[in-house]
Amino acid sequence: MSTLPNSNNRSAEPLLGEEGFLQIVDVSKKFGEVTVVDRLHLSVRRKEFFALLGSSGCGKSTLLRIMAGLETPSSGRVILDGQDITDLPAHRRPVNMMFQSYALFPHMNVSANVAYGLKREGVARPEREERVREVLELVQMGAYASHMPSQLSGGQQQRVALARSLVKSPKLLLLDEPMSALDKKIRQKTQFELGTILQKVGVTCVMVTHDQEEAMTMADRLAVMSEGAIVQLGTPENVYEAPSTRFAAEFIGSTNVFTGTLAQDGGSALYCGELERPLELGFAMANARQGHAVQVSIRPERIRLSLPASDAQASTNNSALGVVEQIGYMGSYTLYYLRLPSSRVVMVHVPREILVAFDHEPDYGDIMQLRWSVRSLVVLS
Amino acid sequence: MARTTQPFYQRALLRWMPGAKGWAIGLPFAFLLVFFMLPFLMVLKISFAESTMDVPPFTHLLVLGQDKLTVLLNFESYLTIVQDDIYFAAYASSLTVAFFTTFFCLLVGYPTALLIANARPALRNLLLMGIILPFWTSYLVRVYAWIGILKDQGLANRLLMHLGLSDTPLALMHNTFGLYVGMVYSYLPYMVLPMYAFLVKMDASLPEAARDLGAKPWEVFFTITLPLSLPGMSAGCLLVFIPSVGEYVIPELLGSSQDLMIGRVMWSDFFNSIAWPLASAATCVMVALLLLPMAWFQRVQNREPQAL
Repeated sequence: MSTLPNSNNRSAEPLLGEEGFLQIVDVSKKFGEVTVVDRLHLSVRRKEFFALLGSSGCGKSTLLRIMAGLETPSSGRVILDGQDITDLPAHRRPVNMMFQSYALFPHMNVSANVAYGLKREGVARPEREERVREVLELVQMGAYASHMPSQLSGGQQQRVALARSLVKSPKLLLLDEPMSALDKKIRQKTQFELGTILQKVGVTCVMVTHDQEEAMTMADRLAVMSEGAIVQLGTPENVYEAPSTRFAAEFIGSTNVFTGTLAQDGGSALYCGELERPLELGFAMANARQGHAVQVSIRPERIRLSLPASDAQASTNNSALGVVEQIGYMGSYTLYYLRLPSSRVVMVHVPREILVAFDHEPDYGDIMQLRWSVRSLVVLS
Repeated sequence: MARTTQPFYQRALLRWMPGAKGWAIGLPFAFLLVFFMLPFLMVLKISFAESTMDVPPFTHLLVLGQDKLTVLLNFESYLTIVQDDIYFAAYASSLTVAFFTTFFCLLVGYPTALLIANARPALRNLLLMGIILPFWTSYLVRVYAWIGILKDQGLANRLLMHLGLSDTPLALMHNTFGLYVGMVYSYLPYMVLPMYAFLVKMDASLPEAARDLGAKPWEVFFTITLPLSLPGMSAGCLLVFIPSVGEYVIPELLGSSQDLMIGRVMWSDFFNSIAWPLASAATCVMVALLLLPMAWFQRVQNREPQAL
């Protein structure tokens, strides 16, 4: 769980795309009194797959619609490939969008749907037919050219929608919750297929999603949004391993957050009401004074469970005793909820292969020792 | 599965009245049977009778006498309708008026419905009220009100002369203009309401997707909005066309006395000539004529969407 597989392997190779291909400069959007996007800055690289991640109402969809030209920003500029497109209407932007509902035209068949954008551009019939055929082959929907949208499954409709938004070779492709209309079962397979197709095309992509797993598998970089602003931006690994805020830490994956106060000026230990032993940060907070409040995140898979050792040496810093209260079998790992003496509940993931090494698996009511290393602590701002 | 998704009051109703489902369908049918089908069958019966000076002013179809039941079907009324040019002219002008009324209602009603459907929800309810509100006044009173507006010394003429657009009062009523003003005014809600109901539930992302793919605003309308609203249009047209064929009051009050409409011919057959069988036959022919466009619209409605 700590290193999520990256299905399209795009982040494995160095990103060579130029910075600032798409620039969102100080963009705000107000609906009446409500500020949905709040003085937001963002820069997306050429050929990058970028994800905007956040819960509903965080302004991510509005930001996407501003990029598409379906919404006019209240202030700020949108710059694409060096051109200021802020005042360009949607139909004149080199930007195409795949809608959440796919928005396939129900009165046109698959090829007419895909050809629609080319027709508006005035592409001559032979070329149009050729390009429609090519893009339908690319998404493996060539055999369905004369089907009506209502005759297709959800996954097939999604691929037609993708073909329709790719056929004009846009400079920027926008994906609005691309998987939300699909069954959970076929989502993973579809994520992989979509990633493969987009990698082949090599188009710059901005995706909006509320599903952190989707963002982490598909995106090269992602931005966590909350209340119209970006909370954290980075590669999936970056944001997961080193969340900068409690919001980001809790939004991306699950985590245990502890609040403590610095034991002494410039020290490295925290007193935490919920833990009996101090929390050892492993580095000195040079500029902080005693009593300074610090929030720390510990991922559930970074906590190790063991049988409580009787000798005093075992009860060091960065450890605690807890009673097993809930057990959830998750397949590759088992989820434990342990209650500390302070009645604080801590979440721990134990991988299958570690669990089989136990003499007997921890059961309800067992007292276990929790331990974590200094490196698994992330200080939140 | 279907039962569990029902609201509680429906489940309660079904528990206490197991036949409620049948009643729910049966009651409107019974209503239609008693108040529409039976009267129509009576009219159909009268159309095959012979006109007399008795009360009622027509003969019976079934005569029982001397061990014989005689059925007397008289086709004279239908022959008259076919032979007398006045009926053909009346049908033709009624259908023409109904056609243009429908056309003008569509022309005015479509943009109105589109405007209401795209308005902010608060404004939308206000606009809908504006369409529905006149229904609270009697239809006859509203048509009479137009006389006050359109007559020689009426509101419209006084305004025109006050603005200096005309020196003498214009003839705004008792002619074709007055007729269409009254017809379009009265039937417009029947076009706007079904069109609105259709447009408001249309997926808003479809026009957006078209814009995103490079369609100019007018292209969005003609390639997406218009073709997708065809069923709403046909419903509205049907609701306007059918009642306007038999319209009697508006041509009588606002139209020209020379306009020969089928409603007026029937009126004069019934009340002036006391020729009930003839008037009944004229009614039956009109119903037959109306069934044709209805059948056609029904086909349009049910047709599978075509590839463009």
